[in-house]
Amino acid sequence: MDEILVHESRIAVPYAWSAGEVLSRFLKALRDERKILATRCPSCRKAYVPPRKTCGNCFEACGEWLEVGPRGTLLSFTQALYDSPAHPRPSPIYGLIRLEGADTALAHLVGESKLENLRLGMSVEAVFSESRSGSILDILHFRPAS
Amino acid sequence: MERVAVIGVGQTAFEAERRGSTYAELVHEAASAALDDAGLDISDVDNIVTASNDFWDGRTISSMAVGDAAGAAAGEGRSISTVEGDGTAAAFYGMSRILSGAYRTTLVVAHSKASEGDGRLITNAFFDPVCERALGLDAVSAAALQARIFLEHSGKTTEDCARIVVKNRSHGAKNPKAQLRRPLSAREAAASPLVAPPLRSGDIAPGSDGAAAVILAGEDFAKRRGGKRVWVEGVGLCADAPLGQRNLWESRALRDAAKRAYAMAGINDPGREIDAAEVSEQFSYQELLWLDELGLARCERVNLSGGCLCAHAVIAAGLVRLIEAALQLRGEAATQAPAVQRALAHGQYGLCGASHCVWILGNDG
Ligand SMILES: [Zn+2]
Repeated sequence: MDEILVHESRIAVPYAWSAGEVLSRFLKALRDERKILATRCPSCRKAYVPPRKTCGNCFEACGEWLEVGPRGTLLSFTQALYDSPAHPRPSPIYGLIRLEGADTALAHLVGESKLENLRLGMSVEAVFSESRSGSILDILHFRPAS
Repeated sequence: MERVAVIGVGQTAFEAERRGSTYAELVHEAASAALDDAGLDISDVDNIVTASNDFWDGRTISSMAVGDAAGAAAGEGRSISTVEGDGTAAAFYGMSRILSGAYRTTLVVAHSKASEGDGRLITNAFFDPVCERALGLDAVSAAALQARIFLEHSGKTTEDCARIVVKNRSHGAKNPKAQLRRPLSAREAAASPLVAPPLRSGDIAPGSDGAAAVILAGEDFAKRRGGKRVWVEGVGLCADAPLGQRNLWESRALRDAAKRAYAMAGINDPGREIDAAEVSEQFSYQELLWLDELGLARCERVNLSGGCLCAHAVIAAGLVRLIEAALQLRGEAATQAPAVQRALAHGQYGLCGASHCVWILGNDG
């Protein structure tokens, strides 16, 4: 076959996404108070973290705010044993964490533990980053609770 | 209600890298194959629905890039519309257009060239940009979280998952369209490299380049044409809550989609009434999970094509399932089940099966 040329390029489009009122309050509480906030649906009482403005189940506004965590239960975990330009650290360990007081699972990084020492249902706690900027990574990771 | 038939099917071969063709050329190849199969000309098609994803194609309005290749401008031209999602959802839309009474025939085509983009970055972009994306999760690491929950909750094991890999890879070896055509032994599956525990490389669908197309027709048109046709007896489509807000060991959305499809088809006992099934298992554990929710846990004729574990051109994957189910009914599948009168096809879209589409196809009679 004749030579087939391949055109290499990338899409580089900057965005400036609004966090909105609800996620702004959540991210500011991480940054300024080292607190994890959730919102609660008035109908089904489900507490969402990250907080939602509306409940997907009930199609209603989640008006009530509450603090959840910083401890939680590890519902699942894995380790990405491959490289990705999206990874914030090499071979990141990921967990799904149900924070105390919350009804949803928060996906986040797990640190200060090897994968083989993690167990489903174990207690973990949030470790806050020293330098915080109003990002989900203001929580550095979760670690097995002391 | 008027019935709708699948009167033509076409698919390219699925390969890790189809360097010789652009994705639009793949669309033309699949659409032409479906038209040939139906014995139709593009002038017989009065509307087109395409399925594509802008992130995978690397351009906005990626559907417009395949319009000409699908025949939108041929002759007098025709209506073309698009679904951003799995090919089964595009077929659902194509069928709805026929049932509206506005159209007689719909060409549905879906494509992906997984080789041309970076799946890690593309599926990382499925996550919320403000408060999730920076974590670096992607479709594989998210699925690993679901896999561990599912195994824990169901009591199934990684050996059960390996059995799915072995089964599908042995079927795929006989499917001339499949990308992975080498069988994998249980020992090889268990020894394949860990990618994101508990997932090993054998548990994960490969990324493929390819396209798939079907021609749908209303009852009058299908009956007048004669030829090979299978009937749509039922269909259901349902979306679930985002990751983190739903139980990952189950799929309410799939149960709901199946319930709608079964009710429409008059199916009470799917395990007895469905002769063959093609489900979209992007990961081996998903075949077990989806079959549980479909009420087909004991069905022995599942993914006789080899399934997604042997070829997975992302957006086209569900439409390939629909085609393979139709081929089972026509008695033309590469691994043919005996006496198939009713077949199920399933497509999914999003992280950890965020939405599902279920089709029940049947033969004349
Ligand atoms: Zn609610």
